Amino acid sequence: MGKRVLLIEDEPNIIEAISFILSRDGFTVHTHEDGTTAMDKLATQLPDMIILDVMLPGRSGYDILRDVRATPETADLPVMMLTARGQTKDREMAERLGATLFLTKPFSNTEVRDHVRRLIGS
Amino acid sequence: MANTHAPRTGSRIRARRLDLGLRQADLAQMAGISPSYLNLIEHDKRRIAGRLLADISLALQTEPGLLTDGAERTVLEAMQRAASEWEPGLAEVAKADELAARYPGWAGLIAAQAARINALETRAQMLTDRITYDPDLATALHGVISAVTAIRSTASILTSDEKIDAEWQQRFHRNIHDDAVRLAAESDALVTYFDAPDAGAGVPLSPLEEVEAVLDACGWHLDAIEAGQPATDLSRNLRKPAQEVFDTWAAVYARDAAALPIPEVEAAIAKHGYDLWGLASALGGDLAQVMRRLASLPATAGRPPMGLVLCDAGGFPTLLKQIPDFAFPRGTACPLWPVFTALGQAGRPIISEVAIPGHPQTRLTCWAIAQTVGDAQADRPPLLQATMLVMADSAPGQGPAVPVGVSCRICPRTGCAARREPSALGTAPADPL
Repeated sequence: MGKRVLLIEDEPNIIEAISFILSRDGFTVHTHEDGTTAMDKLATQLPDMIILDVMLPGRSGYDILRDVRATPETADLPVMMLTARGQTKDREMAERLGATLFLTKPFSNTEVRDHVRRLIGS
Repeated sequence: MANTHAPRTGSRIRARRLDLGLRQADLAQMAGISPSYLNLIEHDKRRIAGRLLADISLALQTEPGLLTDGAERTVLEAMQRAASEWEPGLAEVAKADELAARYPGWAGLIAAQAARINALETRAQMLTDRITYDPDLATALHGVISAVTAIRSTASILTSDEKIDAEWQQRFHRNIHDDAVRLAAESDALVTYFDAPDAGAGVPLSPLEEVEAVLDACGWHLDAIEAGQPATDLSRNLRKPAQEVFDTWAAVYARDAAALPIPEVEAAIAKHGYDLWGLASALGGDLAQVMRRLASLPATAGRPPMGLVLCDAGGFPTLLKQIPDFAFPRGTACPLWPVFTALGQAGRPIISEVAIPGHPQTRLTCWAIAQTVGDAQADRPPLLQATMLVMADSAPGQGPAVPVGVSCRICPRTGCAARREPSALGTAPADPL
């Protein structure tokens, strides 16, 4: 089984596209759409890295990232943030909270795949 | 004999002399007259014209026309405010009055353009805030970007060289179609958002200003409500937020009109004049109510213009009725105005004579009181609202007046403990008050 990526994103077609390209590259992709229960999902299924959208229903990606960094089991996981907002303050917020990478939508598939490869290996 | 032709010329001479730091005796000597005669001139008790006016103008380094005609104060203040917005020293601020007197048309243009620039800047800031913080716009943009991201990512998979199963191909084509439909809908929503009527030019900047413009147009006197009818003719064309402000004011107006009918108010004025204490005592209403009622009376011959300020506990004017000689800016007003004093002494009526910088003979009488509004709530402090009525003082006293300004940036007063920021005008060598 390949390295495990947890994709926390609420847009079904983005989920499908990212899952497809990463799966084709050998990664095992798990998905989750709800911000409120994202930490529960992490508690039951620890991935090798997280791809995390900022705008999620129920709870923002920033809040989830804060919890990820505060939880010993997930504190060191690589986290790549996805957001529709490319403004400096959003990037600074993500970096301050401990995001490993920050990717602005619309991104290219190559960018996503290359970053994941770099963070957890192919 | 009193000078009825140009009653303000003497006042202007005195103000200019004080601005230059000259003693009465100095100027009298320069003009070749006695100090006592100059004193009479300065108090508008002697006519001045011709050679003497020319000599005094020369001594005061100004134009005779400026002393006799003066310049429109509101234009002057607008010019000074315009200069304060730019690099210090760029404009000859000290000569604003001279420019206004010599070229009133150009001065008016500067004032109008400065007001326009301010209005546009405020509007630009509002639009920026709207784009940055409006949750509806954020949602619409997020929808567009999400759809674009999905389309880009899916299309990239379909156009890659790698082979894709027919089933996946079909699925991705369907996804692209769905996202394209969604993108079209989100784009429509965005276009509708930016085409909204309240994004158009020429619309008043805030609901408060919109309401004040409507009230200014009718002199703050609402005939319909006086007749027991709703004032829908006036509020019909207001935007919704302004309509809410107007409706709140109309409800207050209706209560005031019912409590203090115009005939009773006129009868009390006939007996007490425009002395607020006397009127309040005769009418029995609370002071703020009497102030609002006076400011809403129909304009008639002999009635002095009356300004009104309603102010919340944070010092923000929630409604402003401006009158000539009374310019009260929203947000940057001088803290010495009695309406702010009243806020610090809730329930205590205040009467105060105030003087405007550069115009020592112009006095305004201000009555102010702060009262609690709304229902008391156990876990919150009482809400305060201050009301101030302003009238030009027809017989200014010789005693000291409170030296208020318009706002610190265009106030030339020196040694003012209430100053918040340096003046962009520089300071006068001698403070008239």
